[in-house]
Amino acid sequence: MGIFNSLKKGLTKTREILLTDINDLFSPERAIDDDLLEELEEILVMSDLGMDITMEIMEKISKKAKKLKTADELKSILKEELKSLFPQTTSTETETASPVPRVIMVVGVNGTGKTTTLGKLAVKLTGQGQKVLIAAADTFRAAAVEQLQIWANRAQVKMVKHREGADPAAVAFDAVEASMARGIDTLLIDTAGRLHTQKNLMEELKKIKRSVGKRLPGAPHEVLMVLDATTGQNALSQAKLFNDAVGITALALTKLDGTAKGGVVASVAKTMDVPLKYIGVGEGMEDLQDFDATLFVNALFD
Amino acid sequence: MFDNLSDKLNSAFKKLKGRGTLTEKNIEEGLKQVRMALLEADVNYRVAKKVISDIKERALGQEVMDSLTPGQQVIKIVFDEFTRMMGDSHKGLNLEGRKPAAVMLVGLQGSGKTTTAGKLGLYLRKKGKKPFLVPVDVYRPAAIDQLKKIGKQLDLPVFPSTTDMEPLAICEQAVAMGREKGYDTLILDTAGRLHVDEALMAELQGIRKGVHPSEILLVADAMTGQDAVNIAGSFDETVGLDGIVLTKMDGDARGGAALSIKAVTGKPLKFIGMGEKSTDLEPFHPERMASRILGMGDTLSFIEKAQEAVDIKGAEALEKKLRKNQFTLEDFRDQMASVKKMGSIKDLIGMLPGVNTKQLKDMNIDEREFVRIEAIINSMTPDERRNHGIIKSSRKKRIAKGSGVTVQDVNKLLKSYTQTMKMVKKFNKGGMRSLKNMLPF
Repeated sequence: MGIFNSLKKGLTKTREILLTDINDLFSPERAIDDDLLEELEEILVMSDLGMDITMEIMEKISKKAKKLKTADELKSILKEELKSLFPQTTSTETETASPVPRVIMVVGVNGTGKTTTLGKLAVKLTGQGQKVLIAAADTFRAAAVEQLQIWANRAQVKMVKHREGADPAAVAFDAVEASMARGIDTLLIDTAGRLHTQKNLMEELKKIKRSVGKRLPGAPHEVLMVLDATTGQNALSQAKLFNDAVGITALALTKLDGTAKGGVVASVAKTMDVPLKYIGVGEGMEDLQDFDATLFVNALFD
Repeated sequence: MFDNLSDKLNSAFKKLKGRGTLTEKNIEEGLKQVRMALLEADVNYRVAKKVISDIKERALGQEVMDSLTPGQQVIKIVFDEFTRMMGDSHKGLNLEGRKPAAVMLVGLQGSGKTTTAGKLGLYLRKKGKKPFLVPVDVYRPAAIDQLKKIGKQLDLPVFPSTTDMEPLAICEQAVAMGREKGYDTLILDTAGRLHVDEALMAELQGIRKGVHPSEILLVADAMTGQDAVNIAGSFDETVGLDGIVLTKMDGDARGGAALSIKAVTGKPLKFIGMGEKSTDLEPFHPERMASRILGMGDTLSFIEKAQEAVDIKGAEALEKKLRKNQFTLEDFRDQMASVKKMGSIKDLIGMLPGVNTKQLKDMNIDEREFVRIEAIINSMTPDERRNHGIIKSSRKKRIAKGSGVTVQDVNKLLKSYTQTMKMVKKFNKGGMRSLKNMLPF
């Protein structure tokens, strides 16, 4: 039952990612007219889906709408369109056959919730019986290491750290070495928040990745980019430049417990062909949920 | 997309050549482009709708000025409307009344409150105030440590909060301590919270009633999307805002949220945060924000920054030296430092109108090069700096070792310095041009 309940809770939250109001729109009585289409456009834009996707969906829907009579018939068409936004989730088999230690590097701009997401992930993985190690490679922001230490304590895992201002690549390197020596299953590397437009800081990030790969060829196995659901279209620019620098393999969307819909993540997932894996739905240790695109789109309307 | 709104408008208005009147029909295509651009810039859907209809009303029937293309004219109307909407001019902080006054920073998690607290402290100290940093975030792990460290870095006093204290109690005790120690302005760094979190919003109301802050500022991320209206609206309704600080403006977000927030709260946008360095808090200027949202570059900011960094007397002295061909390596270094004071080179270029931010992204300016040059010059003796001719191979080796570079790097610097000197001589012969021609970039 516990699993089912948590899945249900996750679904409620996923349902809220986009278009909570959409069902109100499609009553069987309502005729398809310009007003309805404008309302639909408004909902899509206000979900931060972005103009490209909104226009694309609107164009397709307006064309098909001519053959339909009532609004609820439009629903299945919209459902299909939304489904196509998320890339097919990669099969979970690759994860079970994952290398040891599996190295996950967490990246993103300032204030999106990297450290918190990493902390929750540590709690989650430890709960699954994994042996986890954390690397404090944010040596820049004041008290970042202390913040991470508190999360390490909560998850009851060890942390590799150097002094403040140390070379983050060296921290990451040492942490990989420690993981290999201690038989760690998953190493989580926290990196400093940086704006994607800061060339030198992006170079630093590349260096961290290189040094990880130097110690353990093939690592990092995951580069998890953390996006903030309140962020608008700039998330596209963020994701593009982070991808150019270190190659993103997965996305996490945080702060979904507010009123922001975070629709831009669909644009990011679509244009970069990177799956949205996790959603952050609260401050609690367990408030990091798996995201499932197929379940999500079905859940939207059912 | 927003980068070339000017181009798009101009092409949309191509048919309307020379003199003409803006009519509903010929303005429609142009306004469609403006609307798209606003939405791409994260201006809220409803706000954009309102702005477009206002602009339409203003534009209709206007004659196109001889000096402008119709596209330019519409941009001008849009620009004026934006500037008007975001406030007429910069409004500072109101810290009158009983002392110590308190500035309370509120906002979502990760919007940049703690960083802003440090910057604000520095800003106020420059204004002759005695600021007191007060960590009120007892929830986020190590948030108190973070502000304490920032205080230490900036040499600003920090109230010794601990995580077991109540936020209101912290504020009240900080007021008492501030009064006792003669600090006249408290900066209350509250915990980040979602605007839908009723318990935490009530906590802010409690602090408001308890210590009556002179200014309650919403710290909002410039990258915020459509939800900006909900966030700002809720904070204003439940806590009551006096102004807005827009952070992370050093990124490439167009900042349409600024327009949305202003439209929904009506409260002045007071400051912008331009980076993690503590010196980077700047007054908000509506006309600059308008041109940023419109992709018109930020000419004014550029000029002002340049003025700040180059002090006139220093420039005059420098000019004299240049005339007499006495421009030493020491002067070379100082010049570089003053350019650096203006911010990153990329920031500066980005502020120039007509610079395409997309091209800028691909441009690679190695800021570390300046650090290297500075290090090389710092490793020279004063004699060497004043008379570079004496730097022969053994001195070069020593300098290279001292600054951690190769002898080739030292040679490169000396070469570019002598080239500059040659240029100076040429200019002196042909009459003095503006100083900026002398700089290596």
